[in-house]
Amino acid sequence: MNQMELATMAADPERVDLRVIASFVAPGSRVLDVGCGDGALLKLLESEKGVDGRGIELSQSGVNQAVAEGLSVIQGDADRDLATYPDAAFDFAILSQTLQATHNPRTVVEDLLRIGKRAIVSFPNFGHWRIRMQFMSYGRMPITSNLPYSWYDTPNIHFCTIKDFLTLTREVEATIEDAVCLYGDGRRLTQNAPWTIWNLLGEQAVFVLSRRPPNTL
Amino acid sequence: MDAGAPNHASAAAQQAECPSSLCMRLAETLPLDAGDALAGFQLAYQMYGELNADKSNAILVCHALTGDQHVANEHPVTGKPGWWSLMVGPGRPVDTDRYCVICANVLAGCMGSTGPASKNPATGGPYALDLPVITIRDMVRAQARLIDELGIEKLFAVMGGSMGGMQVLQWAASYPERVFAAIPIATAARHTSQNIGFNEVGRQAVMADPDWCGGQYLAEGKSPRKGLAVARMAAHITYLSESALHTKFGRHLQDREALTFGFDADFQIESYLRHQGMTFVERFDANSYLYLTRAMDYFDLGKDYGGRLAEAFRGSSSRFCVISFTSDWLFPTSENRSIVHSLNASGANVSFVEIDSDRGHDSFLLDEPELFRTVSGFLRGAARVRGFAA
Repeated sequence: MNQMELATMAADPERVDLRVIASFVAPGSRVLDVGCGDGALLKLLESEKGVDGRGIELSQSGVNQAVAEGLSVIQGDADRDLATYPDAAFDFAILSQTLQATHNPRTVVEDLLRIGKRAIVSFPNFGHWRIRMQFMSYGRMPITSNLPYSWYDTPNIHFCTIKDFLTLTREVEATIEDAVCLYGDGRRLTQNAPWTIWNLLGEQAVFVLSRRPPNTL
Repeated sequence: MDAGAPNHASAAAQQAECPSSLCMRLAETLPLDAGDALAGFQLAYQMYGELNADKSNAILVCHALTGDQHVANEHPVTGKPGWWSLMVGPGRPVDTDRYCVICANVLAGCMGSTGPASKNPATGGPYALDLPVITIRDMVRAQARLIDELGIEKLFAVMGGSMGGMQVLQWAASYPERVFAAIPIATAARHTSQNIGFNEVGRQAVMADPDWCGGQYLAEGKSPRKGLAVARMAAHITYLSESALHTKFGRHLQDREALTFGFDADFQIESYLRHQGMTFVERFDANSYLYLTRAMDYFDLGKDYGGRLAEAFRGSSSRFCVISFTSDWLFPTSENRSIVHSLNASGANVSFVEIDSDRGHDSFLLDEPELFRTVSGFLRGAARVRGFAA
C-alpha cells in the first residue's frame, strides 16, 4: 500500500477503526482477519507491521481482489469456517465491522478467543444517540451514513449496543484488555468516560479481548 | 472420420517411444506403490522460459487426465495450440518471461513417458497390462527425479487442475520442503464414489470393445477405437455443465430440418460428442486411459496420513492457493473447500477462491479472466515473499 492510499484511509472516517485495530497489533505477529473484505486491513498490517496475515471473506469479489493482490485470503464465512482452525493458531483474531452480520455472534466471538491469543472486535454501536433519536422520532428502522441499508436488504442481522457487547464479553468469560470508542468523525471518545457515555456518543467501538485472567497480564 | 486420422494415430504411436519434446531417460529403478518397481523409466517433458541463476523461478505444471507436456506449444499430433496456452506463455498469468515452466507427461501417460504403450524391456513388446498400476504418488515420485536431474532444489510453484491438482496436493504432502507455493485447481484430496463410478463406465466401454483384445491390441495390430470414443463421450459430459450444454447446443438439430426417426446424430450435442470421441482416439492410448483413471480412483491423500488430511500438510511452510468453480459438479467447491479446511487445521498459509463460471469442470482450461487474475496475483505475491522480482 502506498503512502497516498494510507493517507486516504486515515482521512476516511469510516476506516478509522482499521487504524485503531492496527495500533493494537504487535509487529511481526500472526493475524487472522475474519470478514476481511478486499484485504485493506491486512495490507495495512503487512506493510506497516510486517505481520503474517490471513483472511476470511464471504464475498467472492472481495476474496478475488485480495488474493489477486497477493494476500492469503479464503472464501468462507465466520459462522462455518472458524471451527476448522486449531486453538491459539494466531496472535490476533480480528473481526472488524462483521459481528453484526454473523448468524451466531456468540459462537463467533468464542471461536475468535479460541483461535487467537487475543481477539479484536470492532462494531457499529446501535446505542448511538442518533439511532435512538431516529427510532424515537420516526418509529422506523434507523438508516445512517454508517449503516446505510434498509431493513429488508441489510446484511446486518445482529445489531448490538456497546452495553450489549459488554454483557456478551461477561457471558463468554472474556477479559477486556483494551477498548476504544469513536465519534462519527473518527475522533476518540475520552478513555475514562463511563460506558453509558460511550454507548450514547460512540458510533463505533473497538475491543481487545482475551481469555486470560487479568492478573497475568 | 477425416482423411488425416490414420496419420494421427501412427503419429501418436510414435510419440510413445520418441516424443517430440525433451525426454529424461533413467536406468535406475523406480519404486511403485503397487509393490513392484520399474526397471528404468522415461519422462517426456517440456520447458518454457529460462531458469534463473539460483534456479528459484521454476514452476511445475501438472497436467490432467487427457493432457500432456505440451502446455503452451502446438501439439505434435493434433496441431492444436497447447492445452493451457491461455495460462502459460510470455505475458500470460504464468509469465514465461519471468518463470521457467516445466511440464512432464505423467507416468502411465502415452506421450513419451513410460506407460502401457511403451516398450517393456523384459519382453521387447509393449507393456500393455504388464505395467504395474501407477498411483498419483508414483507420478509425483518420478517428477521429483526429473526436478533432481534439472538441478532444482525447490520449486517456486507446483500447479495443475483436476488430476493435475491431485499431483499438486501429493507434491505438497510428499515434498513440502521442495514446494514454495502450490496451486491445486478444481480438484479433490480423494476421488469421490461418483467419480470412481464415471471412470468405471469409461473403462468398461474400452474393455467391452473386442478390439481391446484383453489389453493386447498393440501386439495384435488393432485399436479399441469405439470403446475409447464412448468412454471419452461419457466423460466429456461430466466436464461441462447442464447450463453450458443447453446454451451451446440446446435441442438444435445437426445439418437437418427435422428429426429422422432413426439413430443417426439428429442433435448437435450428439454430433459434438461423437466428434470429441473420434478425435480423442487419434491421440490417446486406450490402456493409458485405464491406468490414469485408476490412478485417480486410488487417490485418497488423507488415508495415507491416518485418515486425517490435515496431517498430510502438518508443518508445511508452502503457500497454497486453492481454486474451484461454481458450476463444477465433478470436482465441486465442497471438495475443494474440504482441502482448505484441512490446510487451515494444519496451520498452513492458504488462499481459496471460488470462481463464478457456468462452464463446469473444464472452466480451468478456458478463458476465465477471474482465474487468470487470481493466479497471476497469487504468484506475484509469492514471488515477492520468495525474493525475486515480480
